[in-house]
Amino acid sequence: MHMTGRDPRREDRVASSEITPAAAVLDRRSLIAGAAAAAMLPAAAWADVLRAAASRFSTDEKQTSRQDATSYNNFYEFGTDKGDPATYAGALVTKPWTVRVDGLVDKPADYALDDLIKPFALEERIYRHRCVEGWSMVIPWLGFPLAEVIRRAEPSSAAKFVAFQTLMRPEQMRGQRGFLPVLDWPYVEGLRVDEAMHPLTILAVGMYGETLPNQNGAPLRLVVPWKYGFKGIKSIVRISLVDKEPPTSWNRQAPSEYGFYSNVNPAVDHPRWSQATERRIGDGGLFAKRRPTLPFNGYGEQVAGLYAGMDLKTYF
Amino acid sequence: MAAPVSAARPPAGGSTRSWAPMVPRWTVYVAGLIPAAWALGLGLNDALGAEPIKELEHLLGLWALRFLLAALAVTPLRQLTGVNLLRYRRALGLLAFYYAALHLAVYLLLDQGLDAGAIAADVLKRPYITVGFASFLVLLPLAATSTNGMIRRLGGRAWARLHRFVYLAAALAALHFVLVVKSWPAEPLIYAAACAALLASRAYPAAAAARRGPRT
Repeated sequence: MHMTGRDPRREDRVASSEITPAAAVLDRRSLIAGAAAAAMLPAAAWADVLRAAASRFSTDEKQTSRQDATSYNNFYEFGTDKGDPATYAGALVTKPWTVRVDGLVDKPADYALDDLIKPFALEERIYRHRCVEGWSMVIPWLGFPLAEVIRRAEPSSAAKFVAFQTLMRPEQMRGQRGFLPVLDWPYVEGLRVDEAMHPLTILAVGMYGETLPNQNGAPLRLVVPWKYGFKGIKSIVRISLVDKEPPTSWNRQAPSEYGFYSNVNPAVDHPRWSQATERRIGDGGLFAKRRPTLPFNGYGEQVAGLYAGMDLKTYF
Repeated sequence: MAAPVSAARPPAGGSTRSWAPMVPRWTVYVAGLIPAAWALGLGLNDALGAEPIKELEHLLGLWALRFLLAALAVTPLRQLTGVNLLRYRRALGLLAFYYAALHLAVYLLLDQGLDAGAIAADVLKRPYITVGFASFLVLLPLAATSTNGMIRRLGGRAWARLHRFVYLAAALAALHFVLVVKSWPAEPLIYAAACAALLASRAYPAAAAARRGPRT
């Protein structure tokens, strides 16, 4: 089975005793102190090396190259072309960064990013990533369960959904100042509370052993591997517990095409294209074959129960 | 017999008479096929990015649309500026058809791997595929009747009437591009606007000419 397959090399490389609190490694100064560790891994000039424990949720499928995963992106805040985020996201300033956790919680707070993630140990989660456009990747994320952040805020029993919001900063996000906005900014997303609390759902601060590049949603993004990629909201500034289903950006833009749930489902086509198959990025040039898309992106064993009794054609 | 709208006809005046004949028509075909050769070369060298099949498909489709719009621009260009490129219009139209055929071939062979079921479902169920496929079907008889011999056999008037279907093909091609993308990014809308302007230019000069009466 994919999900529980462990890669022994990975276990060797990062023993759990080596786990560093996330906040410490996100601070560039601590990197200098840990230069010996850093020297073992290649790090791009802008990225900090992160250390993380392996996870039983990781797949052992071949990982997408870092080059492809950081240059072929949908992040419309920087333009609609796949190359635009890598070209233009450098303008985004991610330090300092504040995340508001509020809504139906007993302990709302504005966290500096380091303070938000300090209590949690980073894990590496190698997940399949399926875009609604019909392509997929395998990405080694570094993050921690969203559930931990929610628990720390002590949600009230009235909280049924979680609403997320991306930064709104047109002076640094050129896509937000377009003449004809492609989406209603800021980007917003949402999950049901049980989806948000599921152990597969993480907040990522890194990928490929380093902090997130801006084009991949720095400094903090959501990863929900059984849903289409656009649910994985990037550059998060607000996480709110709410009692009603929150609006989501793509659903607002085209309600007949993008539902609130947006679970990967080969049996429910996008109105304009089939979702039965996908193309794995890096699968072999011009003559690569499509792969069948799996229900819940192959995570059905863990998450299908969340939707028991629901008609997934209605709640797409 | 009415004068055929023929690329073989010498340019009817205009400022191009001095230089246009110096550029042989075959150079338009050769230059026009460079983007296809370039894209295919990049593809075979794994240099078309993360999704090479989609990129190749997209580039070929984009050039088909560009040549189609270029062919449609020949007449308004002459009316507005006097620059007469009529003798190259057949080459532009045929290049549009060649690119559309290559675009379709990449879709059928590389994208869908000749999976007949998936292709049939796409053509029937996906409006953007239906529209794109329809555009190609409309171009097919136009390409087949593009020779001087066919113009003679059909007669100029019938040939010209048939070839007005290029307006439909262009509108369908521009719509195909708009429908394939998520949201409303600028690029397909710009092409659609250019197409709309070129089609509108057909309606406007006719109306203006009717108001003016016969030219002297």
